[in-house]
Amino acid sequence: MSFDHLLPQDLRLIGVIILAAIATYLTRIGGAIMIARMEKIPPRMEAALNAVPAAVLSTLVAPAIVFGGMDVTIAILVAFVVGLRLSALPMLLAGWAVVMLLRSAGLF
Amino acid sequence: MASRDFWDGARRGVPIVLSASPFGALFGALAIDNGFSIVDALFMSATVFAGASQMVGLELFGHAVQPWLIVLSVFAVNFRHVLYSASMARHIAHFSLVQKAAALFLLTDPQYAETEKRGERGEPVTFVWYMGLGLAIYLPWLVATALGAVFGGLIGDPKAIGLDVMLPIYFMALVLGFRRRDHWLPVVAVSSVVSVIAMRLVGSPWHVSIGALAGVVLAACLPVKSGETAR
Repeated sequence: MSFDHLLPQDLRLIGVIILAAIATYLTRIGGAIMIARMEKIPPRMEAALNAVPAAVLSTLVAPAIVFGGMDVTIAILVAFVVGLRLSALPMLLAGWAVVMLLRSAGLF
Repeated sequence: MASRDFWDGARRGVPIVLSASPFGALFGALAIDNGFSIVDALFMSATVFAGASQMVGLELFGHAVQPWLIVLSVFAVNFRHVLYSASMARHIAHFSLVQKAAALFLLTDPQYAETEKRGERGEPVTFVWYMGLGLAIYLPWLVATALGAVFGGLIGDPKAIGLDVMLPIYFMALVLGFRRRDHWLPVVAVSSVVSVIAMRLVGSPWHVSIGALAGVVLAACLPVKSGETAR
């Protein structure tokens, strides 16, 4: 039994996390600072900002559907159908159940 | 009464913790899986404190993506906070500078939503209430991360227990969560298709930036709808 996983793996990772934390904090104070300085965000800029989360997150889902293998594709599509009505937790449960079922049945 | 405000805020955190904790644990487990130590995972949860971007960060780190691109991706996923903090500013205008600095560190999707709701109801958004809510989300997030990391350290192949599908499904849930926003469908469609093409032609991780940029540029070019629905 090794306990290596308890300790930091390398300083590079800690450095990346610190920079990511600073970048995140900047987004949290950025809006408040901006609003204190400026009266109005241009509508097109606001439309672009609004699209950011869906645009970024879609790029993390689509390739998994296309390249992830048939079991992953089916699980994600089932979760999608569940997600039209229910929230994230049922989606995760449904997708997980489907992929486990497919794998334990030896289909993939 | 300050202490009553604190516990009033903390009570609001209970359902949020219930729904967020599985993701904190998921982050902890996946972090170990992507080469993080438990300390690394806890450090990230404590300093970044933004679930989706933490998942993105560890996923990219697991793929040995260049550090600047990891930081940029985390920044991109968290960019929505700029809008939150801009729209929340009026509710916390009476905080001192130090209080604002602390409060904004704890700004998350549910924190923003609860603060907006309280402000709209005309109830005072006191610093103590805000911190009661914020800490009731923050501290359990760390506990969930630690539990997930400890558990994740004990399990072997994530594929064998179906962990590998969790991340894309979680991100899809987040995408669906934004579906009432203007131009949601065209943005998702374009970003998805462009990211798949870019993955083939250019490769990971560039498909993220290229696909995201395509969707954002599209949103800026489409006719601006009247009436804000995106909050």
